[in-house]
Amino acid sequence: MIYAKTAHELHQLLIKGEISSKEVVSAVLERIDGVETDINAYITINEEALAQAERADRMIRDGKATPLTGIPVAVKDNMSTKGIRTTCASNMLKDYVPPYNATAVEKLIEAGAIIIGKTNLDEFAMGSSCENSAFKQTKNPWDLSKVPGGSSGGSAAAVAAGEAIMALGSDTGGSIRQPAAFTGVVGLKPTYGRVSRYGLVAFASSLDQIGPFARDVEDAANLLSVISGHDPLDSTSIPGKESDFSLDGASVKGLRVGIPKEFMTEGLDPVIRDAINRAAQLLEDEGASVKECSLPHSEYALSAYYIIAPAEASSNLARFDGVRYGLRVSGDNHTDMFIRSRQEGFGPEVKRRIMLGTYALSAGYYDAYYKKALQVRNLIKQDFDHVFADFDVILSPTTPSVAFGLGEKVDDPLSMYLSDVYTIPVNMAGLPGLSLPFGFNNGLPIGVQLIGGLWQERKLLQVGKVLEQATGYVPVVPERGDR
Amino acid sequence: MAIGAKDVKHVAKLARLGLSEEEITTYTKQLNDILEHMDKLNALNTENIDPLTHAIPGHLNVMRPDGVREGLSREAALSNAPQSNERYFKVSRMVGEGEK
Repeated sequence: MIYAKTAHELHQLLIKGEISSKEVVSAVLERIDGVETDINAYITINEEALAQAERADRMIRDGKATPLTGIPVAVKDNMSTKGIRTTCASNMLKDYVPPYNATAVEKLIEAGAIIIGKTNLDEFAMGSSCENSAFKQTKNPWDLSKVPGGSSGGSAAAVAAGEAIMALGSDTGGSIRQPAAFTGVVGLKPTYGRVSRYGLVAFASSLDQIGPFARDVEDAANLLSVISGHDPLDSTSIPGKESDFSLDGASVKGLRVGIPKEFMTEGLDPVIRDAINRAAQLLEDEGASVKECSLPHSEYALSAYYIIAPAEASSNLARFDGVRYGLRVSGDNHTDMFIRSRQEGFGPEVKRRIMLGTYALSAGYYDAYYKKALQVRNLIKQDFDHVFADFDVILSPTTPSVAFGLGEKVDDPLSMYLSDVYTIPVNMAGLPGLSLPFGFNNGLPIGVQLIGGLWQERKLLQVGKVLEQATGYVPVVPERGDR
Repeated sequence: MAIGAKDVKHVAKLARLGLSEEEITTYTKQLNDILEHMDKLNALNTENIDPLTHAIPGHLNVMRPDGVREGLSREAALSNAPQSNERYFKVSRMVGEGEK
């Protein structure tokens, strides 16, 4: 089935002329028709997708194909797409049509990729289950009673279900890696500054990073190559970094792998602990050395994150005032218009975080909360610096459990926040993190996470490739809804 | 550092966020629960530790030449405005209006 193939497989067929991009896009659109009513991965389908496919087919005929030319890629609905509604899954932006493309989207289009649609998320990327979307509940393609994870749950579910070949997500505290783990796909959060954030609707600017979802490591590497690179329009994107993520000659011989002892404690589901141990054994069999390491301050990361991220969010979301774009609800006076527009435009989790962030930044509490959290952030970064003095890569769980049930954590924000406990420290230190599918438990996917030092994406992807080869990994798309 | 409904109302005002009485009750409880969890940070001694605002070392101020370049057209910039005429965003009267 065309929709179940990887992009690199499709690329071979496309350049040999055995298939056209139009056929690939039609197959994916048909798959969407078949399963979308169950999965709810998309907020908007791009009506221009078939027209873009004709352009891609011309590129291929002219010998200008890139590995992404003609490949349907889904984009999380918090990245600006010129002429295509970009809602952030919020009533605040339900009719917003950006007048420009995000840089990552522009790069996809230049490479000849097809923007197949805009995927569901937790409102403004705040959440871990897609239950905070104002519009719909995305479901886990492996079990419709479970969440797909979040906040990039729509992108993850689209790739897992064959409703896209690849996708873009954004990751502030785990929003790519956690849904990748829950839906059994590859998800990569790049080093902070690797990918331009221009046109990504900001949540927490010092932590947000765009990254790829794919069905295998090779596709993730190819997608990362396309979207990465310095962008003068984003002053936090870093110049002068290589963007070659070639997997040729991937090997782990002599690689020093650390497993943080703090991540392997009682909060971790034994099923996932077993998966980590199996992965460790495989890496040893391939010539790596695996030892315990320590991230002593990681238990404080969650608390510090839930001060820093909401503080930045409360400031970023101040722009939604009903004046230049977004919802406006009229009021008795100008200030009343702000208050009512924001009251109706934002959902409960967004309001909660604006409140938390505003409180943490308010007079009298700034030092006790915000400054303290930034100091703890430094301690967390120093922990990683110490580990990477002795190790090349960290192996850890992506999540404490497999996908949880719809509604299970929705009334308990704190327990929801805990599902990102192994991914948050990585964002705090700006590091790259890769979540790999690593088997199933009772039909639900398990993810393992590889963490590297700054700019070490290629190493992570190579270790991922070795693990794929050692396990004989073949991507699988669940049959649900197949006609 | 428990917070009460009065604090929640004050913060909502700072954030220009309208909240119903029900939301104020819910957020008072939830914010207390969350802040209680945050209080574990106080167990850490952070004396002499610099606050870290940015994870990439050495990347601070970024400058660009102060030149003219193309931006959004006026039409594009106004295309999503809740209310505008052809030249500017429209809002209600602000001058001479007291805040409530």
